[in-house]
Amino acid sequence: MNALAARRRHPAAIALLILVGLLVTGGAYAFLAPKEANASAVSADTVAEGKNLFLANCASCHGTNAQGTASGPSLVGVGAAAVDFQVGTGRMPLAGPNIQAQRQDVDKIKFDDQQISSMAAYVASLGAGPSVPDSQYTTVIQPGDQKEAGQDLTNNQRIARGGEIFRVNCAMCHNFAGAGGALTRGKYAPSLTGVTPKHMYEAMVSGPQSMPVFNDQNISPESKQEVISYLKAVDNQTNVGGLTLGNLGPVSEGMFVWLFGLTLLIGCAVWLGKKAA
Amino acid sequence: MSTINADRPADALRAGDRQADQERAESKPLGGIAGWLDDRTGAAKGMSFVLKKVFPDHWSFMLGEIAMYSMIICLLTGAFLTFWFVPSASPVVYDGSYIPLQGVTVSDAYRSTLDISFDIRGGLLIRQIHHWAALVFCVAILVHMGRVFFTGAFRKPREINWVIGSILSMLAIVEGFAGYSLPDDLLSGTGLRAAEGFMRSIPIIGSYVSYFVFGGAFPGEAIIPRLYAVHVLLLPAILVGLFTAHILLVFLHKHTQYPGPGKTNNNVVGFPMMPVYIAKAGGFFFIVFGVIALISALVTINPIWGYGPYDPSPVTAGSQPDWYMGFADGALRLLPGFLEFTAFGYTFSFNVMIGAILLIPIMYTLIGVYPFFEAWVTGDKREHHLLDRPRNNPTRTGIGVAAMTFYIVLFFASGNDLMAIKLHLSINDLTRLFQLLIFVGPPLAFWITKRICLSLQRADRQKVLHGRETGVIWRYPDGRFEEIHAPLTPQERWVLVQHESPEPLVITAETDANGVESPIARKERLRAKLSHFYFKDRVAPPTPSELEAAHHHGDHGVETHEPEAIEAGGAPARETIKADRQN
Ligand code: HEC
Ligand code: HEC
Ligand code: HEM
Repeated sequence: MNALAARRRHPAAIALLILVGLLVTGGAYAFLAPKEANASAVSADTVAEGKNLFLANCASCHGTNAQGTASGPSLVGVGAAAVDFQVGTGRMPLAGPNIQAQRQDVDKIKFDDQQISSMAAYVASLGAGPSVPDSQYTTVIQPGDQKEAGQDLTNNQRIARGGEIFRVNCAMCHNFAGAGGALTRGKYAPSLTGVTPKHMYEAMVSGPQSMPVFNDQNISPESKQEVISYLKAVDNQTNVGGLTLGNLGPVSEGMFVWLFGLTLLIGCAVWLGKKAA
Repeated sequence: MSTINADRPADALRAGDRQADQERAESKPLGGIAGWLDDRTGAAKGMSFVLKKVFPDHWSFMLGEIAMYSMIICLLTGAFLTFWFVPSASPVVYDGSYIPLQGVTVSDAYRSTLDISFDIRGGLLIRQIHHWAALVFCVAILVHMGRVFFTGAFRKPREINWVIGSILSMLAIVEGFAGYSLPDDLLSGTGLRAAEGFMRSIPIIGSYVSYFVFGGAFPGEAIIPRLYAVHVLLLPAILVGLFTAHILLVFLHKHTQYPGPGKTNNNVVGFPMMPVYIAKAGGFFFIVFGVIALISALVTINPIWGYGPYDPSPVTAGSQPDWYMGFADGALRLLPGFLEFTAFGYTFSFNVMIGAILLIPIMYTLIGVYPFFEAWVTGDKREHHLLDRPRNNPTRTGIGVAAMTFYIVLFFASGNDLMAIKLHLSINDLTRLFQLLIFVGPPLAFWITKRICLSLQRADRQKVLHGRETGVIWRYPDGRFEEIHAPLTPQERWVLVQHESPEPLVITAETDANGVESPIARKERLRAKLSHFYFKDRVAPPTPSELEAAHHHGDHGVETHEPEAIEAGGAPARETIKADRQN
């Protein structure tokens, strides 16, 4: 201790202190900063593999350095989340010019998880962007009256709050039940049933196509988890009222009453009319 | 035994009175409860008038009944809903059993509707019955209206009932809209927000109207209680009142009937109200109730829990009104934006006002005046109790189909977003298409319908003259082929030849005695033009002599002695027409 105290005034001490300070803040930053900064931590091999896959499958549209071409935008800075979402839902590689890239069935997805994550790693290495979400935020909150650690709301209340956030931010495009809705010129917001929590999260952070980006300042990761849980709760809920007619609102009810209700009633009327003759 | 002493001194003087008493007592055939009631209310006379009424039977006459029954179902289930519904916009925290809304602050109206749906036994079923019945009500009214229109049942003496019917139909959609706005969910709130915008689109006074209706700025707390009073009290009272008048007039006028043998303008062929018709009608009530209950038990309607509570900031894709308001919503979607402009420091939003404020009154006024218009054009002042077959009045039928087309285009336009997403089309292109169709569709529909009617009439004519095609081909010894035509029965033929085929009016005197063109002549000229429009293309039914000629022509392969017999049966038919025309 004394020895240390004695050397306190040593000229190197200041340099050492600066070094330690830098290490601590750097380490703390690396530890605390949003995940994006971590993206570069993946191994160089993965990035290289991703680059090869990218050159083979994506470069024709996005350019050899993902800098963008006339037939596809630049991917610099879109982040791993965007790649994971676009490729994982089968939207990319784009089959051909279309108004909007469409989700594909699982069996039509061209790449396995590992290939997707290496391409994601490659794109992430080009510039910081949102990363694939931590599974902490993509686990669905299960309905119930219990509270989870660190939460002051019960699970049910958190799901309800997710519903409020959804109605304010998403329902105008995706419809109240996530059944989807039309946008201008043939574009549309797709139905959200059957989308995995991870892809939901990634859609929010990457804002595919006409969808706005909901970054962590707009909607915190926890709130995103609540939105996801709300959508899953709506998916899983038993339809108390009976058939939902696609949750499309009054239009489908109107169609139903004309096509089915009226036909049935007129059928009965004709039958009764016949009885007399 | 009476406690009154029968033998009073002055009885002899009053013998006549007692005889009258006696007669009255004897003539009263009613006993039991009916008699008791009649003694006190004198209802028997009215009742027997009603019960002896004869009703013709046809399924299309039951469309009005569907409307009546679904209205009754709305009244019954609505009364149930009032027991729990709280018409109040004051905020409460929801803590009922629907999990995805627990802890959310909602209005009391919304909370109570959620409670009806989730926490009150049978509540959801009754709610769904109420709403489905409302939809069926509006459907049945429209279809019923179509039946009356296309068969010409609105002609004298039934014009007033047509007007009452139009008002009923308009009030029904207003009543529905008021109900739809009550639960204060996201859709009903969006609907009210839209309604507020409509009011504001009225030039100059718009914002005052909106403040007056909402009791201040939107949304405020006043609108739900106000709508509630309108929905459960005011409009139901008017609806029931008008409906009663409607039905009484039907009794008074007697029901119309389709043309057929033995059915004339002066009789009604059918079943008496008691017991046949009442049993049928009563049975039909239960069928309608059953069908609506079945639908309500199986199919969700207005899942307000999914829509979430109303809050002015969010709005959901697929925000549409119930179908009966759809046409007005469609008009809004089609009206181009350039109709909004600023002048004299005011903004005139005709792009909104035409569809939202003017459309419904204009439409219903046109509907209401149609019978008077047609009567003026045809100059027909006679009573009509026999219905037209739609094909026999091609122009009217064409007008009706054109109007329907107009309505349907608007109706589909209100679903343009869903159509775009389901059919993978662009909403902009669809809107353009509908904007085009709204102008092109109705005239096209008119023309096509009229052509179809005329060719159906021609086919009828052929059938009368040459019989029905049997599909049997004869080969003659000389190698000639011919299809056999079977003769119609007199009954069948009567239906095909009974109608009139008016000719266009011709103006006789264009100018008055001094050679001056009179304004009356100008009006008459317009009338002649319209009459020409109605009747210039006509296919007259075969005359008896044409029929005769055709039958002696003998080229239809049927033995000749039979037509003779048919002639005998057929001739009186034409006679009756002539007789009818004279009176
Ligand atoms: C046929 C051309 C084409 C191919 C091949 C293609 N893309 Fe794309 N990609 C596009 C277009 C066009 C867009 C822009 C989509 C839009 O906005 O409608 C896009 C968008 C993207 C985006 C989203 C960018 C953003 O701003 O969020 C990502 C990520 C992406 N592509 C990744 C890939 C990957 C990875 C591959 C290879 C597996 C690939 N793409 C193959 C044409 C293509
Ligand atoms: C401006 C309209 C708009 C808003 C607001 C919006 N989205 Fe989207 N969303 C879209 C469109 C358009 C797409 C389709 C993008 C594509 O196909 O690449 C989409 C896609 C998605 C997907 C992917 C679905 C799939 O088929 O894979 C999810 C999940 C999603 N949105 C969730 C949300 C959530 C959650 C919100 C609210 C926080 C939201 N969206 C807000 C327009 C919107
Ligand atoms: C006659 C035609 C009527 C029509 C077309 C009609 C239509 C409607 C509609 C569409 C709703 C929205 C219901 C929903 O989905 O939640 C509604 C709600 C309601 N109606 Fe009616 N209604 C009629 C008559 C009545 C009557 C006579 C009463 C009361 C005596 C009544 C009481 C109510 C109440 C209390 C509600 C709100 C409760 C709820 O939404 O669950 N209705 N009505």
